[in-house]
Formats: sequence, C-alpha cells, structure tokens
Amino acid sequence: MDEPLNLILFSGTDDKLQAAAVLSAGAAALGRPVNVFLQYWALDAFRADRIGQSHGLAPEAGEEGRRQVDALTAAGQQSWAETFRQAKDLGGIDIEACSLSMDLLGIGPDDLDPLVDGVEGVTAFHINAGSGPVVFI
Amino acid sequence: MELIAIDKRLDARGLACPMPIVKTAQMMKTMASGETLEVISTDAGSIKDFAAWSRTTGNPLLESSSDAAVYRFVLRKA
Repeated sequence: MDEPLNLILFSGTDDKLQAAAVLSAGAAALGRPVNVFLQYWALDAFRADRIGQSHGLAPEAGEEGRRQVDALTAAGQQSWAETFRQAKDLGGIDIEACSLSMDLLGIGPDDLDPLVDGVEGVTAFHINAGSGPVVFI
Repeated sequence: MELIAIDKRLDARGLACPMPIVKTAQMMKTMASGETLEVISTDAGSIKDFAAWSRTTGNPLLESSSDAAVYRFVLRKA
C-alpha cells in the first residue's frame, strides 16, 4: 500500500467528483498517499468562486439519477468538496492543478480553492505517480 | 455488557461510506497507544471496511458485531 493512488480528474460533474473524493478519502484513511491531478472541467470545478455551486451530473444519470442524487443531498450527504476537505485533514493527499488546463481556462493560482496545493505539469505528475495505478475519472 | 474498557466513542450512524472510516482514522490520530475506540455505524460496508482498515494500519480490531443494520466495532490504537 506504499505506492500512491493517482487520480486524474477530467470531468467536472458533481457525481464523478464525489466518486473521486470518496476514493481519495478511503485511501487516505489507510495511510496510502493520493496524488490528484486536475484537468479541464474538473479544474474548473475547483475554482474558488465555483466550488460551492452545482456542477450537474454525468449524462448517464438522466432524470432518475438527478432525483436520486437530490434525495441523497436532501438526506444530508456532504458535498464532494467537503469530503475532500475531511480527507485532506488525514494528510497524504496532494491536489495539483494541470498547468496546461490553467492556460486553457485562463486562470491563475489565486483563482483556485485552497484545497488545491499547487500547479504542476504532466511530467511532475508521472514522476510522483511512481509505479502506483493511474485512474482517469 | 462490555468486557473491554472503552476510552473513546464515535457515533458514525447515518454517515455514508467512507466517512465512518475517515472519522475513525481522524480520531485514532488523537489517541494514545493502547487506548480503545468504540465506533457505531450504519454503513453496510463497515464490516469489511473496518476489518481491512485494521489489517492495513495495524490497529487491532478487538470486536466486530452487528445488530440488525447497526454495526459496532472496538479498535485498539497500536
């Protein structure tokens, strides 16, 4: 379990980000390092002015999926951002913004939520990933 | 009836996976070696999750039981 879990977050919908947050929190609770690399629409969702907003669901959710997620939220399920915050309290989770995606979105480090630890390129991501699995979400 | 002295308690009822484990890991960090923690959970994944967490982190799982859909665990901080 010493090899890190490496998550590339591409999608910016709330369901995929929640799944990623749950996977990260589970690994962190086991003391396993987690590297999260934010690209494209996932990075956009981590903007300080947008992280608290609704980001929709993946297309396969459909209307029934929307109702199910709304029911969970109404029952008190916390947001993916809160799950990430609690997981980060355990330590071992590093969240990095992809520099190319930063250029694409036209944003700087100050535009990102404090959950994001820094900005890096894909080379640093690969080096830090070691021989651990890489998961694209 | 509690045969094992409990030092700390965590009520994780109503919390969804993985928060019972996350909160357990957070609380165990604040505890001294040898202290025990009782966790009550309603997450159906808890039985396998607590067993796996105990094995991997080396904090012994002293008790694991369920009553209807409520699960009880006692862990000792290594």
